[in-house]
Amino acid sequence: MDFISILSIFVLACFVGYYVVWSVTPALHTPLMAVTNAISSVIIVGALIASAAVGLGSGGAVSKWLGLVAVVFASINIFGGFAVTARMLAMYKKKVR
Amino acid sequence: MEHGAPVNPWAALAYLVAGVCFILALRGLSSPVSSQRGNRFGMIGMTIAVVTTIVTHFPMTALGALDGQPIFEPDLGLAGQILAAIAIGAAIGLVTARKIAMTAMPQLVAAFHSLVGLAAVLVAAAAFLNPLAFGIAQVIRPIYGPDVVTILQVSRVEMGLGVAIGAITFSGSVIAFLKLNGNMSGKPIMLPGRHVINLALLAGILGLIGYFLTDQSPWVFWTITALSFVIGFLLIIPIGGADMPVVVSMLNSYSGWAAAAMGFTLHNSAMIITGALVGSSGAILSYIMCRAMNRSFISVIAGGFGGDSGSGAAAAATDRPWKRGSAEDAAFLMQQAEQVIIVPGYGMAVAQAQHTLREMADKLKEHGVRVKYAIHPVAGRMPGHMNVLLAEANVPYDEVFELEDINSEFAQTDVAFVIGANDVTNPAAKTDKSSPIYGMPVLDVEKAKTVLFIKRSMGGVGYAGVDNELFYRDNTMMLLADAKKMVEEIVKSLD
Repeated sequence: MDFISILSIFVLACFVGYYVVWSVTPALHTPLMAVTNAISSVIIVGALIASAAVGLGSGGAVSKWLGLVAVVFASINIFGGFAVTARMLAMYKKKVR
Repeated sequence: MEHGAPVNPWAALAYLVAGVCFILALRGLSSPVSSQRGNRFGMIGMTIAVVTTIVTHFPMTALGALDGQPIFEPDLGLAGQILAAIAIGAAIGLVTARKIAMTAMPQLVAAFHSLVGLAAVLVAAAAFLNPLAFGIAQVIRPIYGPDVVTILQVSRVEMGLGVAIGAITFSGSVIAFLKLNGNMSGKPIMLPGRHVINLALLAGILGLIGYFLTDQSPWVFWTITALSFVIGFLLIIPIGGADMPVVVSMLNSYSGWAAAAMGFTLHNSAMIITGALVGSSGAILSYIMCRAMNRSFISVIAGGFGGDSGSGAAAAATDRPWKRGSAEDAAFLMQQAEQVIIVPGYGMAVAQAQHTLREMADKLKEHGVRVKYAIHPVAGRMPGHMNVLLAEANVPYDEVFELEDINSEFAQTDVAFVIGANDVTNPAAKTDKSSPIYGMPVLDVEKAKTVLFIKRSMGGVGYAGVDNELFYRDNTMMLLADAKKMVEEIVKSLD
């Protein structure tokens, strides 16, 4: 992908984000922060690429370990973020009539 | 211009699907009814992204060469290490998520932000050390001497921005965590000339990212990283406890921009879409918080506002007459009421009074009283903090209202019950132009027939350091005690 296509995805996604986030009910702002936390750990993709790439270039060994550590951090966030969001959302109940 | 490694079209499609799942995850949060489905979309999106990456970037080892072409074989040992890393993270994450108290949610979110920041720094560093693996470098083979690996210029900018934002997110979130967790005073720490220092650091970082274009030496990369760690630290220490909702939202936004910057480096649409979503989400939340305090984003970031709760440095004018009530008085008044509106604040979270408060509301309902809850956007230490605590205590969400939806109802309400909130109820925000909180939208609790105000003592002031006019009104009764103990006593008196 060339830079302009990537930039287009980014700019359009910012607009999508703007409208989607304004539609989030204020009561769910804490779960919103928890879930955005979890999804921003999609950075694990970069960590996985780094860990798997050995033997290419000279910095391969060091970057493999950096990648593995980043995989640990990102997956703490992914599992912790989604689990804590699920735990919070399960607490929101409507009045029993 | 040839840019980056060839992209597998199926992988690109899978990442796009993952990005769409993340949009649907946030979309689900528009109502509590659809929210759990939304969260599941998030998990599906993440699974797609992770599986796609593992499949397309399966660890390989070179066996040798055949006809000049290297032959690769799957490296199962390394694959095991990667899975182990995921498993370790999963175990830590799941245990934390299960054990954490709901009142500690702001700290947890700050801690999670710091991990995103640190992961971004590590990924950027890995990409810098091994650019070929990320497909962001060209190899020049001179006739004499070793191969020269040059990182593409556009990737250098993206990488520089990614590592800078990641490092700021990390060190800023660590400070926010320490402040929220009480390991560090919530009081703003003011360094002399901090604005000049911060601006100089910022200029230094941007200048170095520019210089990185012409010189890819390691010192440039690591200096950018180090300066960014320092500026993240310096940015957050002057910001006081009450401004933490803005800080937490802002760091949320940064963690998104860090992911987006790394997405640019890796040409990964899932990361770019997510980064843009999270970045806008945090920015919008910061804006909502600032608007709810009637303060500009710049003034919050500049810091120096608000300290620890009840620091009482500026002693309130307690020589003015005020009325003190007992738990029995409060119980009697509320029993007789037709409608009671409960206004919770950070004090409720500190006292862990939400469960007892719900018991009180249940007792009142048995007496035929209508009970509602009014939430100010900046009540607590993060956006929506009070709503989560009330939900934890099994308060139905349709009894909980936002400021603009309930403010007109106080005039027809018999009792407003303020527990752990202070500045957000101060009528001076509407009338006193000299007050530091003038212009901030507040809950019109004073319009209720009676205001019951739980407070530890008369000495302390709110975070803004101003005395609350409400205490001295004829229709206000002060209930001086620990919030939880007072509510427990009221519950006993209601029997």
